[in-house]
Amino acid sequence: MTTALRVPPTQGFGRRISTALLLRPKLLLALLLLPPLLWLGVIYLGSMLALLIQSFFSIDEFSGMIQRSLTLRTYGELLRPAHLDIILRTAAMAAAVTLASAVLAFPIAYYMARYASGRAKTVFYLAVMLPLWSSYLVRVYAWKLILAKEGIVTWIAAELGVENWLEALLSIPVIGGAALSVSYIGTFTVFVYIWLPFMILPIQAALERVPQSMIEASADLGAPPHRTFRNVILPLAFPGVVAGSIFTFSLTLGDYIIPQIIGSSRLFLGQVVYIQQGTAGNIPLAAAFCVVPIVVMSIYLSAAKRLGAFDAL
Amino acid sequence: MDSAVRFRNVCLRYGKVVALDGIDLEIRSGEFFGILGPSGSGKTSCLRLIAGFDRPSDGMIELHGRSAAAVPPYDRDVNTVFQDYALFPHMTIEQNVGFGLMVKGVKREERRRRVGEMLEMVRLEGLGGRRPSQLSGGQRQRVALARALVNRPSVLLLDEPLGALDLKLRQQMQVELRALQRTLEITFIFVTHDQGEALSMSDRLAVFNRGRIEQVGTPREIYEQPATRFSAEFVGDSNIVERRDSDTPSHERGVFSLRPEKVHLSTRESATGGRAISVVGEVADVQFHGASVRYVVSLSDGSSMTAVAGNLGSRADLPAVEPGTRVWLNWSCDDLHRLRESESH
Repeated sequence: MTTALRVPPTQGFGRRISTALLLRPKLLLALLLLPPLLWLGVIYLGSMLALLIQSFFSIDEFSGMIQRSLTLRTYGELLRPAHLDIILRTAAMAAAVTLASAVLAFPIAYYMARYASGRAKTVFYLAVMLPLWSSYLVRVYAWKLILAKEGIVTWIAAELGVENWLEALLSIPVIGGAALSVSYIGTFTVFVYIWLPFMILPIQAALERVPQSMIEASADLGAPPHRTFRNVILPLAFPGVVAGSIFTFSLTLGDYIIPQIIGSSRLFLGQVVYIQQGTAGNIPLAAAFCVVPIVVMSIYLSAAKRLGAFDAL
Repeated sequence: MDSAVRFRNVCLRYGKVVALDGIDLEIRSGEFFGILGPSGSGKTSCLRLIAGFDRPSDGMIELHGRSAAAVPPYDRDVNTVFQDYALFPHMTIEQNVGFGLMVKGVKREERRRRVGEMLEMVRLEGLGGRRPSQLSGGQRQRVALARALVNRPSVLLLDEPLGALDLKLRQQMQVELRALQRTLEITFIFVTHDQGEALSMSDRLAVFNRGRIEQVGTPREIYEQPATRFSAEFVGDSNIVERRDSDTPSHERGVFSLRPEKVHLSTRESATGGRAISVVGEVADVQFHGASVRYVVSLSDGSSMTAVAGNLGSRADLPAVEPGTRVWLNWSCDDLHRLRESESH
């Protein structure tokens, strides 16, 4: 008995295209990747390159015209004490915000990943994501009211009879101020509030990937809970913490709205970029300031890599 | 012999699901004890209770004669080889094996020495610097074993440790595990759903079914004298023979198990009488297994029986038996083993 292998006739235009592409996988891959690669290459990397080039131009102080010849003069300006202050202040704020976010986010992420199930998990996801759906500006202004001298925090402190605690907090030099809304403490609080979801979600994702048996194995081998946490859970969740900190750190480095609305009048990096390119028209200096967070992030990531943050990936 | 682990009327419930229902069991010090059952029968739950990951809903577990109720997993003199091995991916093999010693505060030099010895014992010397992801399945299995044994536990729990290995490696590991257990004189408690593995490795074993123990005994006892229908059918093959007709003497009525290799197949009618019994039937299926041949025979009353014959002699001696052949099945009443019905749930 013989059966001929029946080859169905190729029918229709769409079917023929499909077959043609299926037989040329490289062409298919190229066609699929072209749009995102164009987007990434031209819009993302292209604009970054333009920015980098601009930062090597300089401005003629007399005429205010941009001189399109390559020089390091603009970078030299970054090293002026006033500018260095801004860079250090922003980096310190970003570091503090990142640290606080990690400490706050970890227990929440841990609960979400290891304990919450079904409904509770949905509620937690919503609670974390919900603030991201409303306007950033509205939330920041809401915080301005909350933290204002006549705001709810002052009122609660008065009701509880702990105004002097609040006053003691505000009288701390540098980070204190006339009210929470015009102090670094206020800026810090709002930064942590706004960026917290970006820390919770990656940590939660990392913790979800740690199998229960690994935690049991640690206990089985004689490790009490705190050793299991330090030697097993934390190292395995660390890539998530680093991923989250990349978000919180870089977002804080670049933000120019929060410090403008809440905080003292001392400037942050993002504000300087905004002022230099908008009001002052000094695009080279603005560009040079923009390069700072990129450099800081590169240093941060290579340090994290050296610490073994990505070993468990 | 003193007991290493004792279950006293242990129940385990997860919400409404009953995982273990009134388990009474004694595992003696130094024995290789098999826990055999289909999936969902409560085998792994037993191990989890001994390791301390779960607590019994009712009843009590004793380790070396003392209640383990208030002892957390990290204070139990028990180590586990996990089904998925649960090696720490962020640590080297050496660090994995040394983990138990490190958390117990064993000094670095002694740790290094004992980890080295253990890696040598499981034949992984030279691989200490690698990560688990760089090892094969069989090697990971050995690391998991070394990581547990380096702590010199009094009881080692193995949760289907050979399940992920291919047949050859599996058979090799079975031999190695037995040898290891004899040298170390540690109590091994071995969970498996593979009846062949349980029979060939255990000193004694317990057959689990739906959260209860069907039977406890040596492999030979369980095979030769299955207590219940479940034991008879789960451990090896069984023909279940029911004898309820009024012409059989009352002491021979009931449900019996008859092992297929005790049933002799013949193409000619043979003499009956005394203890010998013969029935006629038609071959429905012939399965060639290499070392043996399995015949499924349909009987006139609509039931079917299985006979297994060793692949002995030369090809020419084999009777021409194929589906449709009329055959006689002969056995002796002495090979019938009376079963107690499994308790209903």
